[in-house]
Amino acid sequence: MPRIRTLFKALLMLVFCAAAVQAETTVEIVGGGANKHAIAVVPFKDENSRVREALTPVIRNDLTLSGVFRMVDGSSLANVPVEPVDIRYPLWQAAGAQSIAIGKVEPAADGQVKISFRLMDVAQKKQLTSGEFTVSPDRSREVAHTIADMIYQAITGQRGIFNTRVVYVLKTGSSYQLQVGLISDVDSNRAQTILRSREPIISPSWSPNGRYLAYVSFESKKPVVWVQDLATGQRRAVANFKGSNSAPAWSPDGNKLAVVLTTTGNSQIYLVNAAGGAARRISYSDGIDTEPAFSPDGSQLYFVSDRTGSPQIYRMPVSGGDAQRVTWEGNYNVSPRVSPDGRSLTFIRREAGRFRVMVKDIATGDTRALSESGYNERPSFAPNNGMVLYASDAGGKSVLYAATSDGSNRVKLAVINGDVQDPSWGPFNNP
Amino acid sequence: MNWKQLVLGTATVTLLAACASTKPATVATASNTGAASSQNAAPVDTGNSGMTSMKADPLHDPNSPLAKRSVYFAFDSSAISGTDKPTVEAHAGYLKEHGDNKVIIQGNTDARGSREYNLALGQRRAESVKSALEVLGVKENQVEAVSLGKEKPKATGTTEADYAENRRADILYNGE
Repeated sequence: MPRIRTLFKALLMLVFCAAAVQAETTVEIVGGGANKHAIAVVPFKDENSRVREALTPVIRNDLTLSGVFRMVDGSSLANVPVEPVDIRYPLWQAAGAQSIAIGKVEPAADGQVKISFRLMDVAQKKQLTSGEFTVSPDRSREVAHTIADMIYQAITGQRGIFNTRVVYVLKTGSSYQLQVGLISDVDSNRAQTILRSREPIISPSWSPNGRYLAYVSFESKKPVVWVQDLATGQRRAVANFKGSNSAPAWSPDGNKLAVVLTTTGNSQIYLVNAAGGAARRISYSDGIDTEPAFSPDGSQLYFVSDRTGSPQIYRMPVSGGDAQRVTWEGNYNVSPRVSPDGRSLTFIRREAGRFRVMVKDIATGDTRALSESGYNERPSFAPNNGMVLYASDAGGKSVLYAATSDGSNRVKLAVINGDVQDPSWGPFNNP
Repeated sequence: MNWKQLVLGTATVTLLAACASTKPATVATASNTGAASSQNAAPVDTGNSGMTSMKADPLHDPNSPLAKRSVYFAFDSSAISGTDKPTVEAHAGYLKEHGDNKVIIQGNTDARGSREYNLALGQRRAESVKSALEVLGVKENQVEAVSLGKEKPKATGTTEADYAENRRADILYNGE
């Protein structure tokens, strides 16, 4: 029970904080710290004078965001180590740190700086990882994200996600912006707007190589599926058939898109080439079939259908064949996405008027809720499977949340001026 | 007096009729229509260029049943109610008489649930109006059914009355 109470308190805090904070990455944690790794990130020598932005606040922010780390504050310890020999281990052990990160910024040739860091195990007094980066001083933030990735990997064994991108639609008044930003930099200042429209934009979907986004735009009074090249800004309509065109999902090889068309008079799933062209129907029902999502091996398609009355999640072979029902609990299960390792499914379940983010273990069927609050939409997995990103209604405003996939932790990512809708976490590929 | 509306209305139609002869209403090519239809899902306020010629057209006569452009639906339903049947019948009659005229039916839903599933539910409502028109003799190529899902709510509140206002399909004549 204590955990529930902490959670409730934290939720209350969120409500109070929401109004005050604006346009800055605010990692707010909901959930206990019991099984988190305790790390001390000691300020790097000369990080306040030699680079544009100090690294360690960024590193701490990133690690906290992951839900796996708890920060140990060593500012009262009278020990600010720069080299391993400087570390007074008993002090840090007493403070509860399991590991300690140290580093420094030194001048290098041609106006560049050399940023170096080490991660040490406090109990074993041995080095876990280290790195050296010679860069221009204005790139310290990127280096900080990379160091956070290395620390994350050294501790968890999983690849870090602090340099991966997310896409979402930002709605302010009657204006819509499709924005892309690093998961660790999500706020209105650092995200890049790739499309602006007076008409709705929904359902952005990443190509597997991270170069393109498919999305649905209503700029021609009806939903049409577009593909846009992120580097050049060039875009083209890839599904613009009579009726509505929506719900794009890339095949894992990046060659095809599953889309929903209505040319037969009801919403059914089709495949089109990523370059556009003719569509081939692959779902056959009298009901609505929508929200397709490929399994990572490309062989299966998860989707939503109300063929039995209420919307439920089904799975069918992409090559054709019978659909198999996947969700049986509840009368409204929508927005499926498969984890990159193919083991889990995340989706939204409506339960007593709440729309909750669920994660289901595909093999065992075990299902758990990641979110508590009233309205949540469009969950997607981090490329390392460890977290789920979704939009959530917090005090009448839609904001981004990331939860660890095991449900142990939840972070409110940022407060942006406007409503954040239909987020999607991108792949590792970051061209 | 409603003469202002009437004049604006007829002007719009004349304009549309003029467009229709040059462009065979291909809604297909997605060009940026921008400001034309921003917030207002209400269909009848597109015309704004200086039109001079006028001719009477029942489509924009406020006393004609054709002035009604919306069909409302019950929660989780795409069935056309008895109340809205005359509206659908009036438009069917008009479209049969004007075989070169085309309509786009935009289905809408209330704000609850997945955007894409709502898009499909709105489509179902639009298709329901489309097939009602076709049953009444309107040609298939005169009607396109599309959905706006929950993306362009006419009512933005969260009361049952707001939700009901948004469970709607609108009939837009070409260019509107």
